[in-house]
Order: sequence, then structure tokens, then C-alpha cells
Amino acid sequence: MSTVLMLADFVGTKATKTNAELATAGARIGEVTAVVLAPVGQGATYAAAINRGPIAKIIVVESDSFLANGVAAVADVLAQVIATESPAAVLIASHAFGKEVAARTAVKSGSGIITDAVDVSADITATQLVFGGSTTVHSKVSHGTPIITVRPNSVDADTTESTPAVETQSFSVSDASKKATVTSSQPPVQGGRPELTEANIVVSGGRGTNGDFSAVENFADVLGAAVGASRAATDAGWYPHSYQVGQTGKTVSPQLYVANGISGAIQHRAGMQTSKTIVVVNKDPEAPLFEIADFGVVGDLFAVLPKATEGIKAHKS
Amino acid sequence: MKIAVCVKQVPDSWAEKKMVNGILDRENVDAVLNDLDEYAVEEALRIAEAHGGNEEGGSNTITVISMGPERATEAVRKALSMGVNDAILVTDPQLAGADALATSAVLAAVIEKGGFDLVICGTESTDARMSVVPAMLAERLNAAQLTFASKVTVDPAAGKVSITRVTEAGVDEMHAQFPCVISVVEKINEPRYPSFKGIMAAKKKTIESRDLATVGVSAEAAWSLVADATPRPARATGIKVTDDGTGGEQLVAYLAEKKLI
Ligand SMILES: Cc1cc2nc3c(=O)[nH]c(=O)nc-3n(C[C@H](O)[C@H](O)[C@H](O)COP(=O)(O)OP(=O)(O)OC[C@H]3O[C@@H](n4cnc5c(N)ncnc54)[C@H](O)[C@@H]3O)c2cc1C
Ligand SMILES: Nc1ncnc2c1ncn2[C@@H]1O[C@H](COP(=O)(O)O)[C@@H](O)[C@H]1O
Repeated sequence: MSTVLMLADFVGTKATKTNAELATAGARIGEVTAVVLAPVGQGATYAAAINRGPIAKIIVVESDSFLANGVAAVADVLAQVIATESPAAVLIASHAFGKEVAARTAVKSGSGIITDAVDVSADITATQLVFGGSTTVHSKVSHGTPIITVRPNSVDADTTESTPAVETQSFSVSDASKKATVTSSQPPVQGGRPELTEANIVVSGGRGTNGDFSAVENFADVLGAAVGASRAATDAGWYPHSYQVGQTGKTVSPQLYVANGISGAIQHRAGMQTSKTIVVVNKDPEAPLFEIADFGVVGDLFAVLPKATEGIKAHKS
Repeated sequence: MKIAVCVKQVPDSWAEKKMVNGILDRENVDAVLNDLDEYAVEEALRIAEAHGGNEEGGSNTITVISMGPERATEAVRKALSMGVNDAILVTDPQLAGADALATSAVLAAVIEKGGFDLVICGTESTDARMSVVPAMLAERLNAAQLTFASKVTVDPAAGKVSITRVTEAGVDEMHAQFPCVISVVEKINEPRYPSFKGIMAAKKKTIESRDLATVGVSAEAAWSLVADATPRPARATGIKVTDDGTGGEQLVAYLAEKKLI
């Protein structure tokens, strides 16, 4: 049976939910080996966190270069693992870092690359939603080892606990991959809410909040949702940049997206258009976001959201 | 400093895009300079201005490099009118439908030939939305990768560049020596509007055209193939209610009916 490599996904030291999704997609193609790239001395800890989904084996490589030199160092080692394992495909989480690792790995290994897949089938056909989700595309890599980045929260994951065999291997990072130096890293402020790209429900606020996100946050919390923001809100400093949804922020496709006081600029839509259900609260009946809303309330978010929050509490009890 | 800025012409963000035979139909839509690349042009100008400017015969030159059909000249001209020195446009029928691997191979060959200290890109083209070309360029040019920059500081004497990298994974401080490939996020600056003087001056600036043979690479257009592309059914028209005091309750009723709560 052929092997499929997945690059284990971590935010800081925390393994993400995306790992089980990558493993689930990979297992349709072959036996999944997760590649865990960890700082020196932490391989075992990192590997232990990769414990959900159909993962048969873990290859651990330790180097301090992964943090100190970033994308180039990770791609360097991943390309070497590909050369020794000859996998049928390589799956990587589709975010800025993952896509850049995929980019450099593709060049190094002479392989074609597909980014932002929402699904991958047994014959290594990737499904993508392009043009703001208006078109479904199926494509295949025609050269080398298919390198595919998979969008978080898109594949229905098998999250069964697994106990893969762990093997430590050693590869060195070449000097060419150490040209950029990371001197400090600050992880995103997380708070107690789910991660934006992983959340089943996202409640977001825009300029219409006028800087007061309390109604948005209260509604998010009663739904167990993540909070997002439009660029108008992040630019104004009302919410950190890492919460921005849109073309130059995060792409989310939750079961439910609730946009409050957001007009629906094309750049915002680009990040949320593929959400399964879209709810819009806006006091302007002409706001363009209503065009793609499944349910819209024309009204003041400061009146509608508190009532909805109370309504959900009542529904639950 | 020798600065190269990579810009792409893309269909207007608002235009309806269609696939024809597995590639984006670029013929029948309005095309514009990728708006994220305007930030790259602006940053190149600011870096030059902070270190002696980019006047003729001065110490800095900024060259715009683009790969695309003949009509991409319009986008290139816009960059010229913002104030860059000259431009190279690679056009070749064989490049129709080129993917990021082919694009980066062509751009890298052009950049390598010209020599450079800094290559500045946007973070993403609004049509392909891959955010991979800058990383591929760094790999191909054997240059340092400083991407997703929200702040760039250059010390030409020391040949050193420092950036703040902003991604969903947080904020990193990074630095490297020339040569570097930089990509910039839209928070970095406010691109200038071309002045009347700039627009007039741009008419006289050189846009050198090259084909694949002059660039000297034999790039196969794409290493991944589209099997099919189907428009997804438009979203069914939704329900819209006007809040009369019961909007919140109606919203909850809708979510309950859809089993979302
Ligand atoms: C290169 C580039 C990249 C960009 N990337 C992004 C991106 O990634 N993400 C993004 O979001 N934007 C992005 N933008 C910006 C985008 O074009 C819009 O400017 C932005 O999305 C507007 O945010 P908004 O909808 O919150 O504000 P506005 O457009 O000002 O809309 C505010 C809305 O709130 C409503 N409102 C006001 N008060 C209330 C109230 N009390 N109750 C209910 N409704 C109310 C108003 O009717 C209005 O519709 C980008 C722009 C550029 C040029
Ligand atoms: N055809 C092209 N010509 C010149 N630059 C390009 C081209 N395609 C991509 N780029 C550069 O690479 C960046 C990222 O593009 P992409 O990887 O396609 O999202 C863009 O913002 C441009 O700076």
C-alpha cells in the first residue's frame, strides 16, 4: 500500500484539529505517515499530540532551525523526507505558513501543487471552490508528487484515537535554508473561544459595532462560537488583526456565519462566502451582504443581538 | 539598491469570472493591477525614497516585472505612473494558463538576469489566491524569504532587511541579508495615486517585452490540470425580515428550525 505524508500542524506547541482532517483525507489514498518537525528535545511531546485520526506512523525530525528559520527550514526537511519515503501525495494545512512550505517543497521536489483544497479523493483529485466559492473545480497534479494544501474545517474528520508508531529520523537543514532569521515570535492572543478557522460557528462584527464588540461577543459565547471582524474593525483597532475575516485575513467556512454591522465588501466576502449558512444583521436594507444571506435581519445589532442571545439561552434551558 | 517589484494584472475583483477549458477566461473581463501589488510598488518607492530616491543615475532603481498577456501593459503602466523606473513584461502564448510553478520560474529567470538586492511582491493575487509565488521565488533565487511583512526596514549599507511578519500564526520579527524576497500585506502602507506628472512621465518609460526564448526558460505552463469546473448553484434567495422588536426572536427561531442551535 502506498504511503501518504502529512505535515503535522501546530499553532505554537498546540496540535490543531486540522491534523485529523489531513489524516482522514490521506487515508483514502494510502497509509498515512505524519511528519512532526519539532525543536530539539521536544519531538516526543510534539508526536504525542498527534493522536487522532487514521495515522499509521509518525516520523519525528528535531531541529531548532524550524523555529529560527521558518518556512525555508521546514520545506528543506520535508523535501528530504519526501525523497526517502516516495509518498503518493503530501498533504499540508492550508494557511499562510502551510502554503509557503508547500510552495518551496514543490520547487525542491519538482512537483505540482494545489492549494486550498476543500476535499481530496482516493485517486488524488482535489476539490477547490474558486472565485469566491461560485465555482467548484476538480484538479489533479500531473508532475512529481502531488503536494496539496487542505483548508481547515473542510474535511469531515475521523477523530478516533490512534497510537501510531513513532520513529525519529535525522536530516540536516542546509545553510541555504537558514538565510532568514526569526528573532521573536508572538502567538496570536487566543482567549477562551474556539479558533476562527476551526470553529463551527463564527459571529463577526464590523464598523457597525462602532467599537463595542460586547453584543457580538455575548452572542458568540452563547453559541460557543469564534469571533471574527471586518477590516474596518481591525483597522480601527477594535479587534486584533488575527481575527480579520476576508481576502487579507482568514478564510472561514463554518456551518454558520453571523455578520453584524458588516456591509459585505468583496474583500470580506472572499473570506466567508463558502460558509454553509449565512446570517446578516445590518440596519441598512441595501447592504450588499444581504444578497448572499440565508437569513437577514434589517435592524440595529445592539437591539437584535441581545434579544437573540436571551432567546438562545431560553431555547437551551 | 536594485529593487524588482513583481506585479500581476488580474480580473477586476467585482467582475464575474468564468473558466473556459480549465483555465480562467481573462479575455472577457475588465483587468486591473492586482490591488495587493500596489502596496508592493508603494513599499519599493518608500524604501528607495528613504535612501536617496530613485532618480535617473541615482543609487537606486526600481524595475517592475510582470508576466501576462499583452494587455497587462496597462497594469504595468500604472506601476510606472506611481514612480518606478522601468518595466519588463514577459508575454508568450505558451504561458497561457501558467501555474505558480511556471510563473515563478519565468520571474526568477528574469530577476536573476537583471541582478537585484530586493524583490518585492504582494502577498496574493486576487485571482489565483495562492500566496505561493513569493516563497517559490525565494527558493529559486536562493534568496532569503521575508514574506507577509507589515513593516520593512532596510539598512542598505549593511545589506540588511528586517521585517515584522503577520500571519494567522501570530507576529514574528525576522531579518536577513540581501538578496531578499519580500512580500507585503495590505496594512503596510497607503499606496499613492499616480499624479498627472507621473502619468505623463510613465508614457515615456520603457516597458521591455520578452518572450520565453529571450527569458531563456522552457516552462511547461502547468503541473496540475483542471479536470472540470462547474458553477455552483447560486445561493437560494434567503429570508429577510425587518426588526420590529422581534428580529432577535425570529433569528433564534430560524436557527432552531435549521438545527443550528
Ligand atoms: C487590498 C484590500 C484588502 C482588503 N481585505 C479585507 C479583508 O480581508 N476583510 C475585510 O473585511 N475587508 C477587507 N478590505 C476592506 C473592505 O473593502 C471594506 O472596506 C470592509 O470590509 C468594510 O468593513 P465593514 O463592512 O465593517 O464596514 P462598512 O463598509 O463601513 O459597513 C458597516 C455596515 O454596518 C452597518 N451598521 C452601522 N451601524 C449599525 C448598527 N448599529 N446595527 C447594524 N448595522 C449597522 C452599516 O449599515 C454598514 O452596512 C480590504 C480592502 C482592500 C483595498
Ligand atoms: N504573473 C505574474 N507576474 C508578476 N508577478 C506575479 C505574477 N503572479 C504572481 N505574482 C506576484 O506574486 C504575488 C503572489 O501571487 P500568488 O502566489 O499568485 O497569490 C503577487 O502579489 C505578485 O507580486
